[in-house]
Amino acid sequence: MENLIKIIKRDQPSRAIFFLTPVLAIFLTLLAGGLIFYILGFKPFEALKFFFIVPIADMYGFSELLLKATPLCLIAIGLSFCFKSNNWNIGAEGQLTFGAIVSGGVALLFYNQEGFYILPIVILAGAIGGMLYASIPAILKTYFNTNEILVSLMLVYVSKLILDYLVVGPWSNPEGFNFPETRQFSDSARLPLLAEGLRIHAGIFLALASVVISWFIFYKTYLGFQMKVSGFSLKTAKYAGYKGKKMIILVFLISGACAGLAGVGEITGPIGQLHREVSPDYGFTAIIVAFLGRLNPVGIIFASLVVAITYLGAETAQIFMQIPKYTGQVFQGMILFFLLASDYLLFFKIKFIGSKK
Amino acid sequence: MIIEINFVGLIIASIMASAVPLILASCGELITERSGVLNLGVEGMMIIGAISGFALMTVTGSLIIAVFGAMLAGVLISTIFAFLTQTLITNHVATGLALTIFGIGISAMIGKNFVGIPGKEFPVLFGNLKDAIPFLSPILFGHSIVFYFAFALPFITNYFLKKTKIGLIVRAVGDSPDSASNQGINVRLVRYLCILYGGAMCGLAGAYLSMIYTPQWIENMTGGRGWIALALVVFSTWNPIKILIGAMIFGGLTIIQFHMQAIGVRIPVQFLTALPYIVTIIVLVVISRDSRKIRLSTPSSLGKSFYKDN
Repeated sequence: MENLIKIIKRDQPSRAIFFLTPVLAIFLTLLAGGLIFYILGFKPFEALKFFFIVPIADMYGFSELLLKATPLCLIAIGLSFCFKSNNWNIGAEGQLTFGAIVSGGVALLFYNQEGFYILPIVILAGAIGGMLYASIPAILKTYFNTNEILVSLMLVYVSKLILDYLVVGPWSNPEGFNFPETRQFSDSARLPLLAEGLRIHAGIFLALASVVISWFIFYKTYLGFQMKVSGFSLKTAKYAGYKGKKMIILVFLISGACAGLAGVGEITGPIGQLHREVSPDYGFTAIIVAFLGRLNPVGIIFASLVVAITYLGAETAQIFMQIPKYTGQVFQGMILFFLLASDYLLFFKIKFIGSKK
Repeated sequence: MIIEINFVGLIIASIMASAVPLILASCGELITERSGVLNLGVEGMMIIGAISGFALMTVTGSLIIAVFGAMLAGVLISTIFAFLTQTLITNHVATGLALTIFGIGISAMIGKNFVGIPGKEFPVLFGNLKDAIPFLSPILFGHSIVFYFAFALPFITNYFLKKTKIGLIVRAVGDSPDSASNQGINVRLVRYLCILYGGAMCGLAGAYLSMIYTPQWIENMTGGRGWIALALVVFSTWNPIKILIGAMIFGGLTIIQFHMQAIGVRIPVQFLTALPYIVTIIVLVVISRDSRKIRLSTPSSLGKSFYKDN
């Protein structure tokens, strides 16, 4: 008996498999998830049902799904600019937090005023905050040759501590009985809710706009082409004479702006004030969303919906079956593992050949 | 006067204690990186080590089983990374991130039942000499075996890389996998082993935190130490001895915040907590500014996949 299977390197990555492997990864995650539930002593099918179907079975659940998918989609779109061009910005969580801080600070300036001009200023402030924060790793990378992975990540911890300091100290609500939160923003600083009784807000339009704009930039502009080339080979990009430094800073700024906008959505949407936990790690989860969506704007929409379920599912499963809520994170890690693993099929063909006797 | 000198000794000892997990994790990661593999999953492997050690200690009651179990847990979780990056040739950065996310989730899931349980006392060596010599005694005596191991590790690692044949092979694989492969070295195997070794050290670092340093299980208790350990490797320019210096600086920053608060310095506590992260960034900038020096000391194939057509 000889080998029954043979592994052959493909001449070119298969395009069909490029978009099929995310589906395969999700399927494998469900399978492994069921297994984990079984090991933990839960009925796997029931647990998966509570995790993935029950949370989105009604209108409210569906609107919650969109609510969670909105920041994930926005951030992932921004990150795809960085990842496409080989820039490893993994500090979107910090850029989100800093965006929330700046826009929250501006919103607090107007806390007792109303006016149509307030919301645009608040949104803009969030984007600028995110850009400022993303510019730190970008500038350090371009001018000081500093590793952007470590810098952007360290800044996440710093941003959360700044936020903590502000909501406990100088910005805490004077009438708030020392709760770690600020005043409520005025209604003019709030993103309008889309329907009575649901929490889904106008931030979703920001996410959709980012999808359209990024699609246009990726596939219709010179910048998109430059990013693609730099992603494939930095040497080629240099040879072609692209301004590498300018592009690095630009993709970080775009990415930071998107994360900052996601931060704006979190605080001016349903909550309407700054408090300690503006984001349940959306910035990190969005990295998975970006990969699962294949750094493709349309793919990212689907990926953000899929990954958003893990947030909702974790809550539902905890309430109904006492499954620990961290299962959500475990699922997110597994999706990325399986996705990366199934990428093997992109570059290698597995051929089944008859056994030789 | 003697009391004051002893107090300084105690502060230095506490700085050393907080440097231990950084030294362990950095030295482990350094070997992994020297073989050409960038594993960003340090934080995830540490937290898995932390919960495994604490859980095994609580369940079995044996400290030895707990310490080695934590190392084994680090090995097991790094096997996922090794399989993905070496056998399935996945991207190192993305796989490492997945490992960290996965590790934090799994540890919180396992750790749910261990929150609030008090830790056990970990035996110390030379406890009877604690007051023998002023100043030096608190630094030298009365620490756990892991503590002594951590401070020996940079020297062992240095000797291993520079003076032993296997060390040479590891460096060859990291600097020029193609030539190493042509010399008949199994590049993939060497890298597998270096990744697993890194996992074991990160597991030990985590166990030190949950069993000796803190000692209890707190969710997310590594609190970014894994990332600081990664930064330390860059800081050291892949030289184990310099890891010792870096880890002491960061240990010092952690300890100083407690003492500043105790003295009553009026700086917001959040600023002091942020200090290690900010200093990490500054140090990275200073070190990396000289791009030529970094390029010379970085393992040439760091983070690049190696694939050999059979």
